[in-house]
Amino acid sequence: MYGALWRLMPGPWPVKLLLCLVLVFLVVVVCFLWLFPAIAPYMPFNGNSVHSGLPFPGPVTSAI
Amino acid sequence: MKWLRWGFRTVGEVLITVSLFLFLFIAWQLWWTDVTASRAQAVTVHALEKGFGPAGTPRPRAADPQATLTKVPFGQAFAIMRIPRFGTDYAVPVLQGTDSDTLTQGIAHYSGTAFPGHVGNFAVAGHRTTYGKPFANIDLLQSGDTIVVETKANYVVYTVDHHVIVTPDQVAVVAPVPQHPGVQPTQAWLTMTSCHPRFSATQRYVVFAKLVRSIPRASGLPASYMAVPAGTVG
Repeated sequence: MYGALWRLMPGPWPVKLLLCLVLVFLVVVVCFLWLFPAIAPYMPFNGNSVHSGLPFPGPVTSAI
Repeated sequence: MKWLRWGFRTVGEVLITVSLFLFLFIAWQLWWTDVTASRAQAVTVHALEKGFGPAGTPRPRAADPQATLTKVPFGQAFAIMRIPRFGTDYAVPVLQGTDSDTLTQGIAHYSGTAFPGHVGNFAVAGHRTTYGKPFANIDLLQSGDTIVVETKANYVVYTVDHHVIVTPDQVAVVAPVPQHPGVQPTQAWLTMTSCHPRFSATQRYVVFAKLVRSIPRASGLPASYMAVPAGTVG
């Protein structure tokens, strides 16, 4: 699939390389700004835990 | 044979891609969340300081300055925590409520526990790693260390008493009398909870501090309270 991507890029190899780097950068930006913040709360180490045993509403929170 | 080779190569490439994404996620979680959250929390502290007004200047007193701090909307920043042990520039906003969102924005106050300086337990949680990691060095706190909680009305000064390491289900640490649920409180406590060990959520590192005094904001905070304790590393 990386081979196919390389062949898909137009122009001589420096142009191909530049386009690939731009593509990688865009993927990282999308991950950092939207994808990762969206999935982080579902990670087991980020979840709030206990909801019981308190004389008031509000969980005892897990904060790594 | 040709198809087999293509298949192996594609599987290999997919696995490499997945591992790159996992490394990228770790970088985001451990590094980038810190960068952005620290910046955002500094902005919040600045806004709070502005809202509180300058220290040491008498202002027209509200009917009861403490009354403003019995009800804070969920998610709102209402105090600044300063811990000289963590450096004189250490200042982190305290927000109402402990969900994953408020925890990324600063130190989170357990809803239903006392407010700063009030009799009972002012219980807060903070990240040990990631999202600005306000309690990264909670294990460096020693008994006698000063913790200042700055509100619109007061500088509330606590000193560290002791710490415990418990499992996350030990909710009695945030009881009005820490670890004695059901007992009527007579003192003002501060309880700080964070994850333990670092990078893990299996236990909680809990520090208990006792109220020393509440100083009206108009009087200003004596500099001695912000002195960095001896033996502080870094």
